[in-house]
Amino acid sequence: MLRIDCPWCGPRDETEFRYGGQADVFYPEDPSSLDDAAWAEYVFVRGNPKGWFAERWVHVAGCRRWFNTERHTVTYEFREAAP
Amino acid sequence: MRFVFDGREHIAEPGDTLAAALLRNGVRIVATSLYAGRPRGVFGIGAEEPNAYVHVDSGGGETMLRATQVEVYDGLRARSLAGKGDLGTEPDTARYDKTHAHCDVLVVGAGPAGLAAALAAGASGARVILADEQPALGGGLLGARALLDGAPAADWLAAAAARLAAMPEVRVLPRTTVTGYHDHNYLTAVERRADCLADPPPHMARQRLWHIRARQVVLAAGAHERPIAFADNDRPGVMLAGAAASYAWRHGVLPGRRAVVFGAHDGALVAARDLADAGVEVAALADVRDGSVVVGTEADADGVLTAALIAPLGADGRPAGAPERVGCDLLAVSGGWDPAVHLCSQSGGRLAWSDEVAAFVPATSAQQERSVGAARGTFDLAAALAEGSDAGAQAAEATGFQGSGAELPTVESVPMDRQSPADERPFGAGRALAGRPPAAFFCVEPADEAAAGRVFVDLQRDATLRDLRRAVGAGMTSSEHVKRYTTIGTAADQGRTSGVLAVGLLANVLGRSMTDVGTTTYRPPYTPMSFALLAGRDRGRLADPERITALHAWHEARGAPFEDVGQWKRPWYFPQPGETGQPQDTMEQAVLRECRAAREDVAAMDASTLGKIELQGADVGEFLDRIYTGVFSALKVGRCKYGVMCAADGMVLDDGTVSRLSEGRWLMTTTTGNAGVVLDWLEEWLQTEWPSLDVRCTSVTEQWATVALVGPRSREVLAGLAPDLDVSNESFRFMDFREAEVAGLPARVFRISFSGELAYEINTPSWYGLALWQAVMAAGVTPYGTETMHVLRAEKGFVIVGQETDGTVTPQDLGMGWAVSKKKPDFVGKRSHQRADTARAGRKQLVGLLPDDARTVLAEGAQLVTGPPPTPPTPTHGHVTSSYRSAALERPFALAMVIDGAARHGETLYAVDGDQVTPVTVVEPVRYDKEGARRDG
Ligand SMILES: [Zn+2]
Repeated sequence: MLRIDCPWCGPRDETEFRYGGQADVFYPEDPSSLDDAAWAEYVFVRGNPKGWFAERWVHVAGCRRWFNTERHTVTYEFREAAP
Repeated sequence: MRFVFDGREHIAEPGDTLAAALLRNGVRIVATSLYAGRPRGVFGIGAEEPNAYVHVDSGGGETMLRATQVEVYDGLRARSLAGKGDLGTEPDTARYDKTHAHCDVLVVGAGPAGLAAALAAGASGARVILADEQPALGGGLLGARALLDGAPAADWLAAAAARLAAMPEVRVLPRTTVTGYHDHNYLTAVERRADCLADPPPHMARQRLWHIRARQVVLAAGAHERPIAFADNDRPGVMLAGAAASYAWRHGVLPGRRAVVFGAHDGALVAARDLADAGVEVAALADVRDGSVVVGTEADADGVLTAALIAPLGADGRPAGAPERVGCDLLAVSGGWDPAVHLCSQSGGRLAWSDEVAAFVPATSAQQERSVGAARGTFDLAAALAEGSDAGAQAAEATGFQGSGAELPTVESVPMDRQSPADERPFGAGRALAGRPPAAFFCVEPADEAAAGRVFVDLQRDATLRDLRRAVGAGMTSSEHVKRYTTIGTAADQGRTSGVLAVGLLANVLGRSMTDVGTTTYRPPYTPMSFALLAGRDRGRLADPERITALHAWHEARGAPFEDVGQWKRPWYFPQPGETGQPQDTMEQAVLRECRAAREDVAAMDASTLGKIELQGADVGEFLDRIYTGVFSALKVGRCKYGVMCAADGMVLDDGTVSRLSEGRWLMTTTTGNAGVVLDWLEEWLQTEWPSLDVRCTSVTEQWATVALVGPRSREVLAGLAPDLDVSNESFRFMDFREAEVAGLPARVFRISFSGELAYEINTPSWYGLALWQAVMAAGVTPYGTETMHVLRAEKGFVIVGQETDGTVTPQDLGMGWAVSKKKPDFVGKRSHQRADTARAGRKQLVGLLPDDARTVLAEGAQLVTGPPPTPPTPTHGHVTSSYRSAALERPFALAMVIDGAARHGETLYAVDGDQVTPVTVVEPVRYDKEGARRDG
């Protein structure tokens, strides 16, 4: 059971959160201008590094807010997301 | 205290475990082995026990308990097991609780190191939890002979317990086994409360599951004694040496009269001395380090030990020369002590082999934990106390408290230089205990291959040296593979007495180091825990929240069976007198009647469970244009519109209606089971992609009760209930919304239809819901349930998200291209509709199916193939998604997703459900009122 720091509510158990996948994958400005490969990159392809990973969480059973954080995929350590 | 074991009554002393009591009463055989059927006796004294697993019948019953850890109470009834448990058939009615705790320092184990750690951390003012699996504090000090501060250890233990009790921030949990070390210093523990009581008070939970988040953890879990394997090492009478000595000094029970002690380290010598001092005749001592080993045993007709065979060890490490037979009823074996590294390993810490202590010890730490005392290979009492104290102080400091360590007692060991009272041979004198390193010795080579089949590596699994060699012969070189191939270490004892032996044997065979081979992964729980405990009170109706509508009591009183939709309880159908037979027959009659009422007269359904989300703000229209496939920004106040939303991959996510209540207030409905998902989805886009949009969302599902009023007479009924509302078709059009007083109650009325009939959805605040429903019923309206709702919508070819769709279906696949805007530059999912795979012809598409025999109701989920009889492998052409008997069509029909289905109307397919193969004709999905003539009544 991870302990996750919600920036609004403070440290809470993992069960209060939902995982939101890789952070900073932005909805393209104009999807119609992308070719299939570029669109598929946005829809389907995500990083899976061994080490620090910038990711999103949402405090669904709390304040319902989304936030970014960084987690180490080996040690599960969290640290504040790089600005 | 009296107790019964295998039908015989015995006497026990206070403080006895069942194992101690059985030894006290001379019960040598306590179990039969699982596969070999060989008799087995008590082998250990704690969690390491591989043999003495019992079934306790008294006190609610429990199976596969270690006799070494079952506390005897007056009236205990237990029986032996043959290697596997006996699952009860009666439900466990005992109460099990869960509790959550936070602490600065959790100390696992209340032996000398753990007590010192808890005293040191507690003295700093830190919040401390000290958990120990035994009923009394002390661990290895229980029954220990060393003097602390010149007095028996029990005196120091009593003083330590008193000091801890006086510390307000310290919580001591005896009979509590820490079973799991999870991420971020989250630990679980099992506290046994009523199990040890003859007559527990009714309020007391049998066991309690602790969830503990600790800032720092001190692991002082002690060590498990490791045997040495040899031929016929499983006879009752063969026992771990330290365990044998502890039975003598802690419980006053002699596990034998005449002993042979076989060891590879000084601890075996200590055990031999302690046995001798307790009055056991130590007939012989075989120390591997002196070149002497036990090569086998002899037994009586019952299989109980009668003699040990001792032989010298040759230069090649194999026994050499003829063995000497030494008669004995106790063969006390000790190959070394294995630190209880389980929790350290679970936490992510790595282990390494230490030649110094001949055991695996913690090497690296992955979380906020530190191992002390025997758990890290520090077996010397004074050193363990000091280590514990330091660790407790450091842990407290790491959490911001000022630690100074505990006041530690002086330690005075029992001298070794005495002789066995029964034997002239000295076994301690002249041998310097300190500085004589242990031998890493695991197994005595048997005389031949047949004997290798009687060298038991894992006593509980009956897995032998021969099994292990077979595994290596089959090419297994990793301890994980050998474990799975041989089953060594997979039994309920989790290989405490076999795991390291297997690693040692493997390392020898492969010529690799112990660290290189390594142990298998330690996984929670440390000792078995019951499912009843894990469930706690979350059983039966408390297993999952039940959501009920404001009308629920009415449905219940009317005898409706309920259907679970997500967490909602929805009335399924409303049987009437005369609708009899098996439940499915009753349902069929009721549903046909309800359908007829809705199509020909007027009927009503409780639709309160539909997800309802209110959206407010200046940009709701723009937001909905981006989220839905259709155009919503142009929706006028007082109007409703149907919408489909897709995920970014273009697949249908949900559908529902949106009504514009006023300029800046909109009401969205969602599928019943999908309301939470949709609200999360909206929030995700608003917060993470479009925070500049002025939109606020909130769930109002439970604020409103909804009555769907359906049928050609629904207008007439509504007019009667709402005399001030102009219900004419010109004034209150299809997809109009009106606020009105209905049955004297404030209401929102939407002219929305999910049946194709003239219909209204009347919403009133939940607390008026029952009054509204009663007023509707008083008007002579037929109530109907979810089954009829499904039939009505399916006759019209209306899909249900999650039934026709499964995350691989686009709106176009459903024939709902009309709901997808061609004009909007973008909406979520639009770009994916142009992807080659999404745009291609021949995808699975929604169709109707008519069974050719006009009788069979197809099974939902049945696969569709092209020809009978299907000889596997037969490619599937699709599957049935919904299937019902229709009153209006006077026959069964179904909806299905079929490859290229839109182009295959008229084709015959075969629906396969097990052995039943039904020919069906593919048809257009809309089976009823295709022209939409009934919508306006
Ligand atoms: Zn929060």
